[in-house]
Amino acid sequence: MNYLEHIGKYFIMLRRVFRRPQRSKVFYEALLKEIEDLGLKSLGIIMFISFFIGGVIALQTALNLDSPFIPDSLIGFAAKRSIILEFAPTFCSIILAGKVGSYITSSIGTMRVTEQIDALEVMGINSLNHLVLPKILATIFFYPFLISLGMFLGIFGGWVSGILSGLFSGADYIEGIQTDFNSFLLIYAIIKTLIFAFLIATVPSYHGYYVKGGSIAVGKASTQAVVWTTILIVISNYFLTQMLLT
Amino acid sequence: MIIIENLQKGFGEVEVLKDISATFHPGKTSLIIGQSGSGKTVFLKSLIGLHTPEEGTISFDGRINTKFSEKEKQQWRQEIGMVFQGSALFDSQTVEDNVMFPLKMLTNQSHAEMLGRVNFVLDRVNLENSNKKLPAELSGGMQKRVAIARAIVMNPKYLFCDEPNSGLDPQTAIVIDKLIQEITEEYKITTVINTHDMNSVMEIGEKIVFLKDGKKAWEGSSEEIFKTDNEAVVDFVYSSNLFKKVREAYLSGKK
Repeated sequence: MNYLEHIGKYFIMLRRVFRRPQRSKVFYEALLKEIEDLGLKSLGIIMFISFFIGGVIALQTALNLDSPFIPDSLIGFAAKRSIILEFAPTFCSIILAGKVGSYITSSIGTMRVTEQIDALEVMGINSLNHLVLPKILATIFFYPFLISLGMFLGIFGGWVSGILSGLFSGADYIEGIQTDFNSFLLIYAIIKTLIFAFLIATVPSYHGYYVKGGSIAVGKASTQAVVWTTILIVISNYFLTQMLLT
Repeated sequence: MIIIENLQKGFGEVEVLKDISATFHPGKTSLIIGQSGSGKTVFLKSLIGLHTPEEGTISFDGRINTKFSEKEKQQWRQEIGMVFQGSALFDSQTVEDNVMFPLKMLTNQSHAEMLGRVNFVLDRVNLENSNKKLPAELSGGMQKRVAIARAIVMNPKYLFCDEPNSGLDPQTAIVIDKLIQEITEEYKITTVINTHDMNSVMEIGEKIVFLKDGKKAWEGSSEEIFKTDNEAVVDFVYSSNLFKKVREAYLSGKK
């Protein structure tokens, strides 16, 4: 199957996904479960990575800006910009594409190969709407909070690294964070997050839903889903940056 | 009643079902038999609408399923119960939730009403006290019973079973066969079962359709299958020594 066919099939899938749920109570229950599975269960890894990468960004900036003509507050400023613009929305989304993407593909793919999806269809249930729509809404609603937490912890990690290493003072770092604060950059980060969240939910769902074969096929589909989600995140990141910031 | 006329289905270049016609009656257990790869599963999946036939018609009490509107299709699907080969139970849900799922999605019943119905069908398949178990905690035979309970919870007019005995020991297989037959007769359901288990043919086969290479090679009852001289059927049925001896005993008894 060529790429155009995959793209066409992906959009046909989306058309079936975006229908009114058959039972709002069942849908609401599924949405809460997906928020837990795709969002809350990713809190730990995002908090952990954000804190340490934030620390590393601040340390690297401090080590590479050792000229006496450059104020130490620039470390906080550079760390803040790096974390808000790229690390939190893009890097965290790529981590989520790996963790959540493989989970989505393998869970839907296993349902496909064990005929659970056929069982839904025979019952007269729109299986795509039932399985995929809660995932899309869960990621779109929850990931902005998750990424915002990543931003906060990344910046906080930078401050802690300065205090522990003694390379810059906490006061200089905070001054740098407050310098030239542009709220549009936060909006830009949230817009990117929303689009990446949509990709993280839909691309792995596509790979899982149309899998053919057995457990090996599900494993291959999971790998492909992570690769393609990452590629699409990187490509859309480029175009979004060009559209929103230039 | 299900009437199939000149059904044809293929995948790309490969022709899987070739001009099959058959009729299945309410209150009767009809069996589709044939070797692996003979087209049984594609045939069954065409009947339940998971595959769209290229040619031919499938009529459910006078309604042709390929001509349904979206709403009619939805209604028709609620009249169908299906037992999949691997049971196809939702593994993250308990037995009770699995059986209740169609009721939750497709009816406006209260929780108490749904629970009453779920307990009734679980009792019917002899699975009391398993409501809160997960499918992984059940044996293969118990999983099949849950699948049957889920298939009949909506009071279907048509019940389809894809190899309901596969992976079961002979004793459990007979219990499952008898259960399906009892339910079929009790609720006057039109039941179609895919199988290559000759025990099932002998136990519950009121009508048998034999498929070979995607074609209907023979049709008859479980008694007639022992008398037939159809070469394909004889090759299939008497491939086991046990059945060869059964046939010899049957024919010598006749004489």
